[in-house]
Amino acid sequence: MSTMVEITLDGESARVPEGSTILDACRRKGIDTPTLCWAENLTPVNVCRVCVVEVEGSRVLVPSCSRNVEEGMVVATDTERVRTSRRMVYELLASSVEMDRATPEVLAWMDHYGARPDRMGDRSEIVTQAQPVKVQDDLYVRDYERCILCYKCVEACGDDAQHTYAIATAGRGFDAHISTEHDVSLPDSACVYCGNCIGVCPTGALMFKTEHDMRDAGTWDESKQSVTTTVCSFCGVGCNLELHVQDERIVKVTSPADHSVTNGHLCIKGRFGWQHAHA
Amino acid sequence: MPDLYFGAGDEATEAEKDAVAEALADYGPVVVRETERLVHAGRSRTRERRHLLLPALHALQRSAGWISPGGLDHVCGELEVPPAEAYGVATFYHLFTHDPPAADNTVHVCDDVACRLVGAVALIDDLRVEGYHVKASPCLGQCERGPAVLVQRTGRPDLTVTAVDDGPVTTSEVAVAISSESSTPSVSLAQTGSGDLRLLTRVGVVDPTSLDDYRAHGGFRALEEALRMGGDRVIAEVTASGLSGRGGAAFPTGVKWRGVADQEGRPRHLVCNADESEPGTFKDRVVMEGDPYSLVEAMTIAGTAIGAEQGWLYIRGEYPVAIGRLRHAIDEAYAEGLLGDDVAGSGIRFDLTLRSGAGAYICGEETALFNSLEGYRGEPRNKPPFPTTHGLFGEPTAINNVETLVNVPPIVLMGGEAYAAVGTKQSPGTKLFCLSGRVKRPGTYEVEFGATLRDLVDLAGGLIAGSEVRAVMLGGAAGSFVGPESMDLPLTLEATRAAGVSLGSGVVMVFDQHDDMVDTVRRIAEFFRDESCGQCVPCRVGTVRQEEVLVRLRRGADIEDERELLDDLAAVMRDASICGLGQTASGAIRSALDLGLLVSSGDSQGDRS
Amino acid sequence: MWGSNARNAHPIFFHHALRGVANGALMWTIDPRRTDTAKFADHWLGLNVGSDIALAHGIAREIIAAGLTDEEFIENATSGFDEFAAFVEPWTLKHTSEVTGIPSGAIRDLSHAYATADKAQICWTLGITEHHTGVDNVQSLCNLALLTGHVGRWGSGLVPLRGQNNVQGGGDMGALPNKLTGFQDVEDDEARAKFEAVWGCPIPPTNGWNLTEMFEAMERDELKAVYCIGENPVDSEADAKHARAMIERLDILVVQDVFMTRTAEVADVVFPAALGWAESDGTVTNSERRVQRMRAAVPPPGQARQELEIINDLAAAMGDEGWGAPTPEDLWEELRKVSPMHGGMSWERLEAEGGIQWPCPSEDHPGSPFLHGRLWERPAGGRRAPFSCVENRPPLDELTDEFPLRLTTVRALDSYNTGVQTEHFASPIRTGEALSISVADAEALGVVDGERVAVSSRRGTIEMTVEVEEYLAVGLCHTTFHFPETTDINQITSDAVDPKAGTAEFKAAAVRVERLADGKLAGDRA
Repeated sequence: MSTMVEITLDGESARVPEGSTILDACRRKGIDTPTLCWAENLTPVNVCRVCVVEVEGSRVLVPSCSRNVEEGMVVATDTERVRTSRRMVYELLASSVEMDRATPEVLAWMDHYGARPDRMGDRSEIVTQAQPVKVQDDLYVRDYERCILCYKCVEACGDDAQHTYAIATAGRGFDAHISTEHDVSLPDSACVYCGNCIGVCPTGALMFKTEHDMRDAGTWDESKQSVTTTVCSFCGVGCNLELHVQDERIVKVTSPADHSVTNGHLCIKGRFGWQHAHA
Repeated sequence: MPDLYFGAGDEATEAEKDAVAEALADYGPVVVRETERLVHAGRSRTRERRHLLLPALHALQRSAGWISPGGLDHVCGELEVPPAEAYGVATFYHLFTHDPPAADNTVHVCDDVACRLVGAVALIDDLRVEGYHVKASPCLGQCERGPAVLVQRTGRPDLTVTAVDDGPVTTSEVAVAISSESSTPSVSLAQTGSGDLRLLTRVGVVDPTSLDDYRAHGGFRALEEALRMGGDRVIAEVTASGLSGRGGAAFPTGVKWRGVADQEGRPRHLVCNADESEPGTFKDRVVMEGDPYSLVEAMTIAGTAIGAEQGWLYIRGEYPVAIGRLRHAIDEAYAEGLLGDDVAGSGIRFDLTLRSGAGAYICGEETALFNSLEGYRGEPRNKPPFPTTHGLFGEPTAINNVETLVNVPPIVLMGGEAYAAVGTKQSPGTKLFCLSGRVKRPGTYEVEFGATLRDLVDLAGGLIAGSEVRAVMLGGAAGSFVGPESMDLPLTLEATRAAGVSLGSGVVMVFDQHDDMVDTVRRIAEFFRDESCGQCVPCRVGTVRQEEVLVRLRRGADIEDERELLDDLAAVMRDASICGLGQTASGAIRSALDLGLLVSSGDSQGDRS
Repeated sequence: MWGSNARNAHPIFFHHALRGVANGALMWTIDPRRTDTAKFADHWLGLNVGSDIALAHGIAREIIAAGLTDEEFIENATSGFDEFAAFVEPWTLKHTSEVTGIPSGAIRDLSHAYATADKAQICWTLGITEHHTGVDNVQSLCNLALLTGHVGRWGSGLVPLRGQNNVQGGGDMGALPNKLTGFQDVEDDEARAKFEAVWGCPIPPTNGWNLTEMFEAMERDELKAVYCIGENPVDSEADAKHARAMIERLDILVVQDVFMTRTAEVADVVFPAALGWAESDGTVTNSERRVQRMRAAVPPPGQARQELEIINDLAAAMGDEGWGAPTPEDLWEELRKVSPMHGGMSWERLEAEGGIQWPCPSEDHPGSPFLHGRLWERPAGGRRAPFSCVENRPPLDELTDEFPLRLTTVRALDSYNTGVQTEHFASPIRTGEALSISVADAEALGVVDGERVAVSSRRGTIEMTVEVEEYLAVGLCHTTFHFPETTDINQITSDAVDPKAGTAEFKAAAVRVERLADGKLAGDRA
């Protein structure tokens, strides 16, 4: 069994398995910690910096999602420095991108830290990521004015799941953006429409067209949706499908991130092959 | 390895294919079709070749004047790099362009803090009027003779054009340089011939293109000595010398080397960080242009001492003269058996590869430099783990700055203790400083640690007539401003640390009462906005919002209305950014604020008579 | 990866494989084509279609000749080694290379890499099984695992990738003519008695018929009534014409399906059924023997009903008063009583654990990630694993001057079998059917990319669009078969069948490709 490490977490001692991250330790202790770029089925990239904590002896704050615990580590998760940085991360993001389709969790954290993105200046006078939405096929919608550049889609398209590498970060600084090569359209790219990028997007920048169209039409209503886990029928691998159903129709398909077969990832057939159920 | 798909559908030209083939010649393509029924490819072959992406992109840019879709796809096919990734890498760098070239020559004019004091903005206007394809550039590392110009040319080597004597570069000098195909010669040093020099002793004296002349001036004696001593003793002497990293972080070099030498993992690497890009910094360029063999020798000593089989010299792409001289020096060193499988008959292997950057300040950050070398975007990695264990290619790596390394041959020859006899106890040895701004003789100066700011300014001939010090930028854009009251500050690690400032890369840039400090500080903010890699939120957005504040201030906004936001931006960037760029992006601005430099004085502009 | 384009056919399995590759595993791909899977491989070996046994024997012979066998494992856990060694002795590298088309050095490298690897797996799919020697092909691969001990251990093994979500589960449940649930023999009196006690009725003591035998029985008029659930023999049988004739002879045909198939069209009674994966509750078992819950998310359309309800009502209508109306959970609890390998899988555990791999004999058993561990017990538990001396027999549809090209059928990522289910979403990567041919063959035939051609086999002629493919071997061509309404590939595929498994030889037809005069088929089909 794994060795345990003793750390101090917000003033209390905690024993956690060696190799755990600080985030793991926080969750074991019931300390709620915001994340944006972290996902249980992806390698941590620690770019959003919203999960930062204070570690004694460290000059700067430390991303809890990717720093492993060490014996004797003293961690504080709710200091003024931590709160300021977390609030600022939300304010910086929300001053640049549209956050209204972010997950409820994200919106709740912004509220928790009192994020006031408006103080960065009037939207018309500061630079933002405002840009037209990309609809290039019948399955995907890419609305990059909602993109917080968390890299999750790139990871899901690449080494962490699909190994297709159809998208990557291009450009630099504030101009950095998720793109195909030379911004060719998605159907002209290497994309194989597994939908795994959409599955991990936390802000609604990437969306299945079904959902996007329903949202635009005002008919998307998660309060009326049920989610049922079943098994895909298109091969023998046994991928678990989560069928999101509204008004007796499938409106979206996801997969549980904690299932050992899919780790939350599907292929084009599993993701979109449901439509014959309503043919 | 991946199922590549080329959506652009364009073909590379024959010239592009030839250029790429030359760049990849030593490794060959990933996919080997041995017979119609047998193909070798796969992840290990892809991994081994990925680092060729950057040289291949340089080859495309050089041959065609841009990274064409067909050319990029061709490179991707040869190296099996997904085109989206390669595009992501190519668009990371300033010196790669993604539209067909507007002209055969692209004229990059530095309009950064030092050059804009001496007419850069006017030069840009003049060149544009004359029809040149001009791009404003961040610091080109020629601050002692600005405004600096880098001419990037299709199918030909790049050129630098700088002021030679008095007066800024003119458009006709740019035209002459282009037609004569020659860069402005290296400057002579004010200290040339001075007996006290350790690091600059051969600069301006030795023929930088002659290995024999280098030998005639004592070159490669240190390498012989080091090979005789053995790696452990070399490391011990370096440790005894108290040498610390000159890139800014001042980490003890001996400790770093010991750490790598003690690693089990193989292969190990020695990387020389010659990506000198900190605004106001040009000392490494002066060494590399004037005494290139000394760096080759120093790297060889370091590499053989720590047991690194492979050395990498990563030099910024804006230094064509230094790149050319170092390439030549490395080639000659190989020819003389001083590099390769059997370094100087010792039986020890050390290979040295030169790679040039392509315009990205962030690649001076050590882990970003690794990613850049490996053929990825130059985005810094989270630390830990540190390079000692997980460096280049994830393997044990020692990475040192040029100036740090060129200290090594003198240490080997004189011994660590003797080396430490000069300077202070905590800052032994000598240090190179880059003097620019309102001093009479801007340039690189070598002084013993302990010299004060005033000593340095005096060494540079004092202030120009009519100038009074208003502020000195110390340590570059990532450093801070100090006021005239700090002129007696000794420039040691300990004294600057106590004063809450940093020596950084040795920048001493002097501003006088006429200089527009709000604009200078805004330019620094712009620099960080432009150079942020974009990976982490605090830096990617924070540098933008910070610059917006500075622009508002320059337009007359009240500093008191912006102070809270500036404070918060500084806090999140300093505390929560991944790397040093974001962590220091507010430092100079904060210090300017504290010194009261950000109060816009409408009469300061253009008031110089 | 042998005869498996998992990149397209089993994409999520391949994610796991690629993770292994990222961790340093070497991947060898054996396939006549350099498939999307093969493009990820360190080494691709492009063997001749239908020479799999030759290659396996060549590898076996090299492993033996080089002294790389796991002698202890062979001694303890296998039988028939000496005979096998003698049997494969003629398969020298040179001979194997001649038969397979693969350079002998590559065969040697693969043999040594496989034999000396700490862990090694052989994964295969229809490239192995859709041959008239399908069963023999599999056995020839098993021989390699037995020679080297790459079986019955964590990380090593033989991995057949199932094509449908419940191929495994169907067998588990006893949908086989000779097996009861949990692979217990019908002809085993003790087993039968156990079932009879639970089920409260007698079970016929002799094996039933497999599909081929059923059609033979129809021909003899011994089989007169068929209740056909979720199968479409009119379309899917190799000799479709004969199958249709036999089905039309039946006195009564009842078809239960989610679609109005061509078999349903000729049925006397049709029970429209709910979709399994989205409209029904129950379980399915995947390739790794993982039993997972399937759940209804949407109601079935129109008159379609849960299949269990249909059967329950049918039982009642047939007068079985004790049948009742069992739920899926009731059935599962009954199964656990009779099938020891499922015994530990309570309905609650299946819900909570997201699936359990059989055998799982007790509720405290975690399930079994791999089988055949008994072979490593000393002495080995159970029956010894036999080496199989199977002959290499080329495809039955022979290449001749008249039909010089080898046609093999393949799968696209975004389509499934005949496209009945996948045609309903607008895939941006769907390109339709095309005949891929090699650069050299295209030049020899004088055809170019996008040109329409006539493709003929001994059974018929169809019209197709040509796609010239780099890396395709001369003499080989391939196509998918997802669009039967526009391109009915099975008009030209081989009618050969593996006598042991009944699987058709879809992977090897002999064809001729001709340019179209004036863009039309010549002769009577014009």
